[in-house]
Amino acid sequence: MSFLRRLLSSPTGAIGAALLSVIASAALLAPWISPGDPLSIAGPALLAPFSDPALPFGTDRLGRDVLAGLLHGARTSLVVGLAAAAASVLLGSMVGTIAGFAGRLVDEALMRVVDAFQIVPGFLLALAFVSVAGGSLPTVIVAIALSSWAQPARLVRAEVLSIRERDYVAAARVIGMHPIEIAFKEILPNALPPVFALAAVIVAAAILTEAALSFLGLGDPNVVTWGSMIAEGRNVLRAAPFLSVIPGIGLVVAVLGVYLVSEAAGEALGRGGRP
Amino acid sequence: MTTVLGIADLTVTYRRAAASALIGISLEVEAGEILAIIGESGSGKSTLARAIADLLPERTEVAGLLRWPGLEGGPRAGRDIGYVFQDPGSSLNPVLSIGEQVGEGARRHLGLSRRAADAEVLRLLTRVRLPEPERIARAFPHQLSGGQRQRVAIAAAIAAQPHLLIADEVTSSLDVVVQAAIVELLVELVRAENMTLIFVTHDLALASGIADRVAVMAEGRLVELGPVADVIAAPKAAETAALIAAHIDLTTPPLVGEAP
Repeated sequence: MSFLRRLLSSPTGAIGAALLSVIASAALLAPWISPGDPLSIAGPALLAPFSDPALPFGTDRLGRDVLAGLLHGARTSLVVGLAAAAASVLLGSMVGTIAGFAGRLVDEALMRVVDAFQIVPGFLLALAFVSVAGGSLPTVIVAIALSSWAQPARLVRAEVLSIRERDYVAAARVIGMHPIEIAFKEILPNALPPVFALAAVIVAAAILTEAALSFLGLGDPNVVTWGSMIAEGRNVLRAAPFLSVIPGIGLVVAVLGVYLVSEAAGEALGRGGRP
Repeated sequence: MTTVLGIADLTVTYRRAAASALIGISLEVEAGEILAIIGESGSGKSTLARAIADLLPERTEVAGLLRWPGLEGGPRAGRDIGYVFQDPGSSLNPVLSIGEQVGEGARRHLGLSRRAADAEVLRLLTRVRLPEPERIARAFPHQLSGGQRQRVAIAAAIAAQPHLLIADEVTSSLDVVVQAAIVELLVELVRAENMTLIFVTHDLALASGIADRVAVMAEGRLVELGPVADVIAAPKAAETAALIAAHIDLTTPPLVGEAP
């Protein structure tokens, strides 16, 4: 509770949270504000913004409502960002905990796997995965998670290495707890706070990666995303630049919001913590 | 008297250490006694305590024998040995509530249900004389004072009703008044529950007040072992005499010269 208050009391955190809540409410309210399929034709093609009150942001080449695309695209961006970050933090902290706690050969082996994933550029890995497995929302999420789990794994391992030497871990051993129980009940919760700060950065990166994948046409063609809207507008960039600019602004606001919140969260964690 | 634990020729060498931390330690711990292990920093007394509780780091070379006459197949962690650490600030997990940490041993080894364990936690917290046990069971370690935390650590260590309790420098991080209260509590618990206590300390005065026997350690060796009165009155080893001479009380002349 006090952590939330600290987070919102800094200007960074407050602005970030405000931006994020705008995006989140847009995503949540999309089916009510603009019901129906956002990919269906709603009016004349290439209608300029603010010329028709029913279609405030205009229409694209095929006459699809840009506002509807923007709102429904927020859903995709947030879902992909959150799901991919959650998956990568989950996988990363499992691997990191096991590597840090087991030590020796297990540690060595797992960390070489982490190295392998870190060496390959994340976007290239996601690109390769999606082009092999096909473009659907779950594969995009898995692809992004695969390209970003190595960082939390390293962070958790480093934390675990220091925490496993603490007395309360020895105390748990004297009580007779099983090593796996010690690793996940006593050690992992204490290793998580810095990982949460990193998680926000992963969310932002995941939103961008998803947009880049759909820009390249590798996303799910039946789902409207900001990336695919920008790609769609590119063909008529001179005649109707707003088609690319509007979803671009959506992307900037979402990523900026997540970054600001993660900044403030990291600061609040460092400032508060425990006495 | 029955023997709880027999140590024969125990030698412990830490990894990449030039010298052994313990060299040829042999002693027997009798049931129901309070055995004080004293010695200066680095004399190996904590290593001995950790060796008994099987808490030495991996890849530490251990030679010699630990015998547990009353226990078949050696001690079960937590059930037969309780361990109280030096710094209660780090021996309690910051993210788990006090109730959860104290109840862990009871749930695990006495097979209590969650509700029964909660009641047991309140009993234990009252047993170590903490006020308002309901509130403390819900609290987290950082909300308690050092002395309260050490009481919680003791409650957690005796939760599974072990026969042998090891107190490793439990008073070193506390002030003198709280030290006395904690030591008094330990002695009272040990006598009431018929436990055996191994009390590790560098404070000879503290040890002599409560122990039945003292074991004096120096540089990894056991230099003297005997009833507390004999050791204090007529120390046989030079190291013991030095420890007694180094004891500071109010009659000691000031160590720092008074300013002119």
